Amino acid sequence: MHRRTALRLLATLPAFAGFSTKALAAEWDGILSEAKGQTVYWHAWGGDPKINDFITWIGDKAQERYGVSLEHVKLAATSDAVARVLAEQQAGQTEGGAVDLIWINGENFAAMKAQGLLYGPFAEALPNWPLVDVAGKPATVTDFTLPTEGFESPWAMAQLVFEYDTARVQNPPQTIDSLLEWAIENPGRFTYPQPPDYLGTTFLKQVLYGVMADPSVLQSPVDDAGYEAQVAPLWAYLDRLHPALWRQAQAFPQNEPALGQLLADGEIDISFAFNPGRASAEIAAGTLPNSVRTFVLQGGTIGNASFVAIPFNAAHRAGAMVMANLLLDPEVQARAQDPAILGFQTVLDLAALTPEDRARFDALELGIATLSPADLGPVLLEPHASWMTRIAQDWTARYGVAQ
Amino acid sequence: MLLPVAAGLAGTALPALRDGAAGLDMVLAWPGLPRAAALSLVTGLTSTLLALGLTVLILAAFAGTPAFARIRRSLAPLLSVPHAAAALGLAFLIAPSGWIARILSPELTGWDRPPDLLILNDPWGLSLTLGLIAKELPFLLLMALAALPQVDADRRLTTAATLGYGRIAAFAFTLLPDLYRQLRLPTYAVLAYGMTTVDMAMILGPTLPPTLSTQITLWMGDPSLAMRDTAAAAALLQLLLAILAISLWRIMEIAAKWALVATAFRAPRATRLDRPAALMARIASLAVAGSLTFGLAGLALWSVAGPWQFPDALPRAFTLQTWATAAPALADTALTTLAIAALATLAALALALACLEAEARLHLRPTSRAMVLLYLPLLVPQIAFLPGLQGLALSLGLDSSLAAVAAIHLVFVLPYVFLSLSGPFRAWDGRIATAAATLGASQARIFWRLRLPMLAGPVLTAAAVGIAVSIGQYLPTLLIGGGRVETLTTEAVALSSGGNRRLIGAYAVLQLLIPALAFTAALALPLILWRNRRLMRGLG
Repeated sequence: MHRRTALRLLATLPAFAGFSTKALAAEWDGILSEAKGQTVYWHAWGGDPKINDFITWIGDKAQERYGVSLEHVKLAATSDAVARVLAEQQAGQTEGGAVDLIWINGENFAAMKAQGLLYGPFAEALPNWPLVDVAGKPATVTDFTLPTEGFESPWAMAQLVFEYDTARVQNPPQTIDSLLEWAIENPGRFTYPQPPDYLGTTFLKQVLYGVMADPSVLQSPVDDAGYEAQVAPLWAYLDRLHPALWRQAQAFPQNEPALGQLLADGEIDISFAFNPGRASAEIAAGTLPNSVRTFVLQGGTIGNASFVAIPFNAAHRAGAMVMANLLLDPEVQARAQDPAILGFQTVLDLAALTPEDRARFDALELGIATLSPADLGPVLLEPHASWMTRIAQDWTARYGVAQ
Repeated sequence: MLLPVAAGLAGTALPALRDGAAGLDMVLAWPGLPRAAALSLVTGLTSTLLALGLTVLILAAFAGTPAFARIRRSLAPLLSVPHAAAALGLAFLIAPSGWIARILSPELTGWDRPPDLLILNDPWGLSLTLGLIAKELPFLLLMALAALPQVDADRRLTTAATLGYGRIAAFAFTLLPDLYRQLRLPTYAVLAYGMTTVDMAMILGPTLPPTLSTQITLWMGDPSLAMRDTAAAAALLQLLLAILAISLWRIMEIAAKWALVATAFRAPRATRLDRPAALMARIASLAVAGSLTFGLAGLALWSVAGPWQFPDALPRAFTLQTWATAAPALADTALTTLAIAALATLAALALALACLEAEARLHLRPTSRAMVLLYLPLLVPQIAFLPGLQGLALSLGLDSSLAAVAAIHLVFVLPYVFLSLSGPFRAWDGRIATAAATLGASQARIFWRLRLPMLAGPVLTAAAVGIAVSIGQYLPTLLIGGGRVETLTTEAVALSSGGNRRLIGAYAVLQLLIPALAFTAALALPLILWRNRRLMRGLG
């Protein structure tokens, strides 16, 4: 199919709902043939060799199955890619853009969607979309309370879990309040990444869930009138916690890997990550001692999904859609969930899979430190993105300037 | 030089000042501003002052001695250490769970787990200052080495010694004024760099608040795009701050000159200064070389380490797995890196030589205004004009190619190449040219047969500096390359955000290799070329 025709047909995607499966399959064939021979530039964070290896693997898969080559553009921060697309928009470059696919979620997605920097909707027309567990994992279509509306396609689920070394901690705390008591009894052995870092802010949001009188307000945008009173318990909590933190809160690790490194170096005894399989994978890699285990808090921990999105001016749109669909393939999802590979949780509904595909997931060894899906407990939804921004800002004003 | 910087700055100033300078209001309202600005100023000035002071001390104490030859040989590998790698190495060395603590524990310290000590990221910026000194001292020393043969060091020192002056006094009174004249612009570049470094400050510097340049980078990376105006306004402030620092430095220069002249008039021989000075110089050079060497050795060890936990002094097991994984990506990336560095450096050398030769033939004197223009890319914080430049490149459709990246590298490489070349080039004894001209040699022949061969040392050194500078570029490569041009440095910095010491170690070792070879060549080739011309080899 000619490129132009494919694009025109794609523009009518929302109307697909009424199409027969046959017509849909024909559309997809057109996209596949257009994608063949394209090189897709996937801008994705490049800080973790395990993820980089996985992306290389999926690139080989794409080449083998669809003749699409994948280039992983390794970013230090997703916002680098956002800035790139924004610069292209400002320079009037409406096609042939450098970015074909972005690993994205949360405020980056919100910013790009609001600025009209995204192509779509496309996600719900992907052939593998029916496999996604939209009902059981609402985070696959709601990104920080913002409906995705098909402008991004999920590929991995993440949930906050705490990690601790059983050689040093026998009974890890089970609630956010007992975590505070534990930290005060064990000064210098706990810390969190410095907000506005993503994981650091997630910790603040987890505390909010634990100390707020009514956490349900987190699902709406921040309301200025009630805000001060609503978050007062958070600051009271932190005021007590900080003197007992690592380095008396005079310094903070900068991000998730830096926090993980502190646990690996034995500088802290309790850490946390946005990936339930991280600890097992790090033990397998020899980075963490095999006495490390994970736990979650009573009442649940925050979870969300990782997505891929396509910029409005992507040069290889068809190839990018093929990649987004491949990421939802049961074989790919099962590999991503393997703790020896990534340990990411799948976005698929296992009940919707064929028995052979389900067997791929059943065969996975969870790993020595990974909790079973049942033990992971309930997933708390991400608060509205305005909470993250506001809390990070106020944190900086309160604690970001050492006295 | 003016064009890219001006275009970039305009691209920065516009967003900074739009909406009634809303961005500026945001910066001024940021509670961390006074402290962040003070940190930038103090770490920049202190590190430059100490790096320059120690450079002079090492030169004064060791010039012409056997120890000097050793220092000279160790320079090449030290210089080629990329800033981020040096910082990461140092961080692993001095952290409470770092290598030094691991070696001493638990036997000497009694620590079976790392102590809760605030060493890295201290609020006063001490570790950052140390890191900057360790990284900038070798650079200043190299610049001084390239200039020494041109200031007739041997004869002046000998004369002063026969008059009874000690080594330190002789150096200060007879060489320092001429030497500093050639070191001035490199010193300013070091000062501007120290104030605006992002990668080193992120690893070693304070975080509550961070230095101003780090905060600008954080704002630029903020997903809410409105923060970019704030970042732009802060970048303009950073520019003013750099100007302020250089003005302060200028005042210190004048005071130092006055003090030196006043002391010289009293003509103290100060021979008793020599031994403590030599001791201090020895300690300083060992500390710098040691911290860089052991820091990188630590990273190199990580690259082959299996499990390695506190307080083990060495990894429990060794494995080549990290290297095996990194190897395929490496070949491509190293080649790209080398191609860009070679293109940018050759172009810079050609331009610098053409400028200097034209200046010599037409008897032009470089005006201070022209010099400032040339050094603009070094004195203006990168973070202030690169995003604007990216917009320009995009609208011209020039981005994302290897050539475009090489071109933007040229902007940064040229000043350094010019910087390291112009001193020796101008100091070349013009009487040789006059003599050749009276023998009927044409201008071109004088240049190709006399001037260039006699300046082979400085030219090669300039080339090596150019290659090292090009390899170290992160922000320009990322922004103009659109993420598609991958160099060892962009890969290493992307990895360093993940904190994986094993892979960082592997990349740091590789990043080191290319510039190290270039510097070795720059120091070794003249020795081979001039193996039977002792005076052409400079001191030592």
